[in-house]
Amino acid sequence: MSIDQVALLPGYCAAGTALLAFLADLLVPGRRAVVAAATAVGTVATAVAAIAVGRGPVRRTFCSVGCSYVADHRAALIAVVFALLTLVVVALSVPSQSLGEYYFLLGCSMTGGVILGYTRDLISLTVAVETLTLPLYPLVAFRRRSVASAEGAITFFVVSVVSTAVTLLGAALLYASTGALHFTVLAGALQQGHRQPMVTTGAVLVIAGLAFKVAAVPMHAWAPAAYDGAPVPVAAYLSTASKLGGVIAILYVAVDALGPALDIVGPALAVVATLTMLVGNLGALRQTRMVRLLAWSSIAQAGYILAPLGALALSRGRTPPAMSAAVAATVGYAVFYVILEIGAFGAVVALRGDQDGGPIADYRGAARRAPWVTGVFTLSMIGLAGLPPGLAGLFAKVIVVRALLSGGAAWLAIVVAVNAVIGLAYYVRAVGSLFATGDETARIRVGWPVAAALGAVAVVAVVVGFAPQLVIDSLT
Amino acid sequence: MTAGEVFLVVTLAAPALGAAGAALVPARADRLGRLVATVAAALAFLASLALFHRTIPPMPTVPRSRIVPWHQVDLRWAPGLDLRFHIGVDGISYPLVVLTALLTLICCIYTLWAVPAVEVVSPGAQPRSTPPPYIAGRLLAALLLVIEVGILGVFLALDLVLFFVFFEIVLLPMYAVIAGWGGPGRRHAARKFVLYTLAGSVLLLVGVFLVVTRAGTADLVKLSAAHGAGLSSGLQLAAFVLLALAFAVKSPLWPLHTWLPDAHTEAPTVGSVILAGVLLKMGTYGLLRIAVGVLPDGARRVAPVLGVLAVAAILVGGLVCLAQTELKRLIAYSSVGHMGFVLLGIATLNATGIQAALIGNIAHGIITGLLFFLVGAIKDRAHTGEMTQLGGLRERMPRLAGLLGYAAIASLGLPGLAGFWGEAFAVVAALRHGGPLWTVLAVLAAFGGALAAAYFLRLLRRVSHGPVGPAFAGACAPLSAGEVVSWAPLVVLALAVGLVPGVVLWLAHGPVMELVAR
Repeated sequence: MSIDQVALLPGYCAAGTALLAFLADLLVPGRRAVVAAATAVGTVATAVAAIAVGRGPVRRTFCSVGCSYVADHRAALIAVVFALLTLVVVALSVPSQSLGEYYFLLGCSMTGGVILGYTRDLISLTVAVETLTLPLYPLVAFRRRSVASAEGAITFFVVSVVSTAVTLLGAALLYASTGALHFTVLAGALQQGHRQPMVTTGAVLVIAGLAFKVAAVPMHAWAPAAYDGAPVPVAAYLSTASKLGGVIAILYVAVDALGPALDIVGPALAVVATLTMLVGNLGALRQTRMVRLLAWSSIAQAGYILAPLGALALSRGRTPPAMSAAVAATVGYAVFYVILEIGAFGAVVALRGDQDGGPIADYRGAARRAPWVTGVFTLSMIGLAGLPPGLAGLFAKVIVVRALLSGGAAWLAIVVAVNAVIGLAYYVRAVGSLFATGDETARIRVGWPVAAALGAVAVVAVVVGFAPQLVIDSLT
Repeated sequence: MTAGEVFLVVTLAAPALGAAGAALVPARADRLGRLVATVAAALAFLASLALFHRTIPPMPTVPRSRIVPWHQVDLRWAPGLDLRFHIGVDGISYPLVVLTALLTLICCIYTLWAVPAVEVVSPGAQPRSTPPPYIAGRLLAALLLVIEVGILGVFLALDLVLFFVFFEIVLLPMYAVIAGWGGPGRRHAARKFVLYTLAGSVLLLVGVFLVVTRAGTADLVKLSAAHGAGLSSGLQLAAFVLLALAFAVKSPLWPLHTWLPDAHTEAPTVGSVILAGVLLKMGTYGLLRIAVGVLPDGARRVAPVLGVLAVAAILVGGLVCLAQTELKRLIAYSSVGHMGFVLLGIATLNATGIQAALIGNIAHGIITGLLFFLVGAIKDRAHTGEMTQLGGLRERMPRLAGLLGYAAIASLGLPGLAGFWGEAFAVVAALRHGGPLWTVLAVLAAFGGALAAAYFLRLLRRVSHGPVGPAFAGACAPLSAGEVVSWAPLVVLALAVGLVPGVVLWLAHGPVMELVAR
């Protein structure tokens, strides 16, 4: 079997990034700038490699009955997004993290995310997801001498292991009943009517296990503890890159592999999406700590991301155009979401330095202490609420509602709409505290890597806000 | 690009740029920031005036083109979302556009002189006797301009999705105006306002895309021309209900009005003026142009319900006003009643009713804007809006009392002033619609009009006449130049529209005939 090394180039670059960080720490110990810069260069190289490979013809490798690794346009897009998200997180980490291991683990996690986009069978997919998740257990625990950090990591670890087991069990059941692991082969087998109860069970289990990654209900409870315990940049990574990984995995499995069984998966996704939105929003209403509020809100956001797939529950939503619209809406919303979410977390890092997120009350007076950072924070939060001036968020909501209505799922569109109203209640409260009168003694100084990252994210958010077509075009 | 298109773009761009400019001015040059905002608002006002177009649109074609814009700009924005930047102006939207630009300009001028302070006093504490300091007036002015962009955009949009986007723009700046510069209960009021109106606008989102995904276009000109063709009766009903709910929250229509009194009571003077003057009109305009224009069949089926609710609003508003003791709350509830007349006019779905609604919109914007300015001035001096504390304004400040009397009489619908036409013709339109239901509604609405006279006369008796109340015991600042300058246009317009209502009616005649023709 010949292996197409060029197709693997983005993966090599990503893994190389991790090694580079490790080596840099070994050769020039104690120089955080060098390690961070090496990691940053690696992420950029990964993005460039992914673009270069993606521009060429579709490359397939590791092929037997089907191909396990396909380097197409879609995969390239996913790899680029992962690399850029990691780059931003590296920049946000500079003030607080100096250990080489930290950047090494970040690089490892990125490798999983980059590879994830290229995988085309259940086992590779699971391995990629695990590579993405595994380095995050120690990363969550990286705030030393913090009990919350260790607790968060343990919670995260336990739930993660269980959900991986569930996914694998589901994959095994599917394999046992169809004899297939490759997405295309599996879909073909289901098309020809393998419809034992075991297939149903397997499909639901795979989706349920992957729902953990996006922190969807009922696998959501780990998120607030893990986010609040983790260093803020790691929380940013968890709520963007890691969540995006889960979304991609669910999309691949639900649409590519289990497409013919959507009458089983669709209703499950609709229920999960509805519950996730509701539970996330209601949970966020009562939060008094900033990162916990963001964590609960990101649970709710996962619900919005999955909502378009809920339209697949209806037979009218399973026509090819409606299906591709639903997939495009999910990815589109996810892209808008990660931009705004990383902006919000970046602003928290900028305002809090190397501290944890802290109580919301501590943010009073931020508008006068750091007006620009507050501006980005406001833009991001309001965008997550789906309102102008966060036009990116507004269009994200529009994409979801439009896809749901063209799929005939008007009831789900109304659920999304009602949830947007609940969501605004806490987003407005959090943003309002920034403008409240409070401690305004000193201006907050923001280091240049954080400022640059935050500035770049803000520019991207504004640009895609005014030109949402850029995102929509990049999906097709 | 023709001159008209340039003016169209300037009308929207001037306030947007002005808002950015005013917000970027450093804090120590606050007055400069307010000046920048005022200049931008003036530019927008001049540009909106220049949109006027004298030529009468060509006679009806087949198939009817129901919206014939005087000028339009149509640019690609996001085809993936059915979103085009398509704006235009015609006889229905023109008066509202000018009114919006005028009121914003007046409010910006007003901020040049006075900005209410952010009070950190607890509700029970003694009111301060010193005049409020000017705090961040440039930001207030910038927010007013952003609100102007949103409202103008709603009136100008000829694309359903664009309409929705502009509809949303208004929400948070208005929240910030109330929460940042409002009275003691401002946070609660602001939150109530933003959640209620967001609930309305998400329903609008669903309704808009229900129409867009079925009709395959978001172009308002095309959708109106189709006049509901190609949209099934059930879909029209569902979409109309969604849209009507969305616009009913904004207008507001009883029983969805409860955010309005709180928002008005707590909002700063300029916030109240914009809110009552033009922001509510987004609801009635949307109902007219989008809901009735695009979904005529749904409109016909829901119209009786709308009519009943509108008359309920008129009666409830009037009765609550009779029992009201707080000045701003009273004016706010009177708004509910007045907007009830506007909605009744629309619900009749005939030319008279819609004309009545349009002129009622304009008249309410002018008169209630003026009333909120006057009440704000009284509260600035008396530090209370409780009518039991007031009294004897006629002796302490005869000119302010005179203006209050004038505005109150205009608002209760004295013939010869602006308020008369909208309300009288809404009743006439309901009668003309015929049938027992509409006759009863007309009678009840007329009775509601009489209630307005009762509560406004009660207000005047309490505030202007009688012995000098405790609130006016101290020295009262005379009217400032800023107040006189900013009120004068409204005083003149209330009389002008009252004497020559034809100005508005003539502009809208053609488009309204197109709208109601089957």
